[in-house]
Amino acid sequence: MKLVILDYGAGNIQSIKFAIRRLGHDAILTDKVDEILTADKVIFPGVGEASSAMEKLRSSGLDKIIPGLKQPVLGICLGMQLMCNSSEEGDTGGLGIFDLDVVRFPNSVKVPQIGWNQIEGLKSDLFSGIPEKSHIYLVHSFYAPLGANTIASSEYALNYSAALQKDNFYGVQFHPEKSSDVGSLILENFLETI
Amino acid sequence: MLTKRIIPCLDIKDGRTVKGVNFVDLRDAGDPVELAAIYAQEGADELVFLDISATEEKRKTLAELVYHVGEKVNIPFTVGGGISSVEDVDILLKNGADKVSINSSAVKRPELINELVSKFGSQCIVVAIDAKQIDDQWKVHLVGGKVPTEIDLFQWAKEVEQRGAGEILFTSMDHDGTKNGFANEALAQLSALVNIPVIASGGAGSISHFTDTFTAGKADAALAASIFHFKEISIKELKSELREEGIPVRL
Repeated sequence: MKLVILDYGAGNIQSIKFAIRRLGHDAILTDKVDEILTADKVIFPGVGEASSAMEKLRSSGLDKIIPGLKQPVLGICLGMQLMCNSSEEGDTGGLGIFDLDVVRFPNSVKVPQIGWNQIEGLKSDLFSGIPEKSHIYLVHSFYAPLGANTIASSEYALNYSAALQKDNFYGVQFHPEKSSDVGSLILENFLETI
Repeated sequence: MLTKRIIPCLDIKDGRTVKGVNFVDLRDAGDPVELAAIYAQEGADELVFLDISATEEKRKTLAELVYHVGEKVNIPFTVGGGISSVEDVDILLKNGADKVSINSSAVKRPELINELVSKFGSQCIVVAIDAKQIDDQWKVHLVGGKVPTEIDLFQWAKEVEQRGAGEILFTSMDHDGTKNGFANEALAQLSALVNIPVIASGGAGSISHFTDTFTAGKADAALAASIFHFKEISIKELKSELREEGIPVRL
């Protein structure tokens, strides 16, 4: 299996590489269009700030490539947020794959949300074998609201999308690579069964 | 519901764990990677590695350690100790650390927080604050608590938040090592003052101390070292009891 992690200079991807390796696979980190188009699966990571990440995607032309991909794509954290219409963070236009606008958590709770929360309303093969209310690890200040593409929700001040799916595009707000055995199984589902 | 985090802290010197570690099922008590894996298996929510070595080789050894921990451990971990530049942080994150913790270097040059936040994001910058109560005032201390300053804990915490830190790790030097409980009054005050997570550190001696710091102290997470290293409390037992007390934890 050819597995590609999109390289657009965003954040720390070493832990994703480690998690994939623990599952017995190797991933290529690349921004080359040929490599991306011929991949079996694509991982779209992201840590950091939305507008500068989007700027990096634009300057490498990946913003045009990603929405046209036909193979399974998994956006993680900021990667998922950038797949939405827009983000309130830095007033950023997104890739428009998911018809949702990402907004900041209200100040009635501590922001960022850091730690282990639960996912429920699990709807996709991504969550095969994952019990409702399993704990996953999150670090984020902005969230995607619930919508037609929501395949898992979580609660922090309100109910929001913990995972999204539309056709071949998947996005998770949490970090599967850091979510212990639950996260490993979700990654494995993406790699093996989707 | 977001759960309260339990965080074992490992002191590292020249790539090995130091201080007493009393894990019977550990082949080599000095191996931080093995110890980290055991804690992760037992249900620790995060890990903190605090590097106390002062050798010139420090940077390289620490980067190697981070790489090996990241290879093996599937929960988040923070690395701290002597980090003072963007380059220091870059190396650690590239090798697989999730967050870094800065302390004295941030007090000496507060702009460092802004620089790290703009380069790496708030989510991976933890500011550790050591403080001690002197004449009813909480004063920030540097260099592992050895050097007192005139800086007020609460003013500094507010500034740290405004500069973009993602979390505050507060160690009360009055409580550290006493096993008499965390500094809950100061913690509750901190938690009300800032709108970022606060990690309680210093004073853990019993399960009820954790219950107290999550309720009275309003802490978002609690860090401890020796009670876990010496198996005085197991993480599983601690979390089960916390759940019985109605505190949300990941089990």
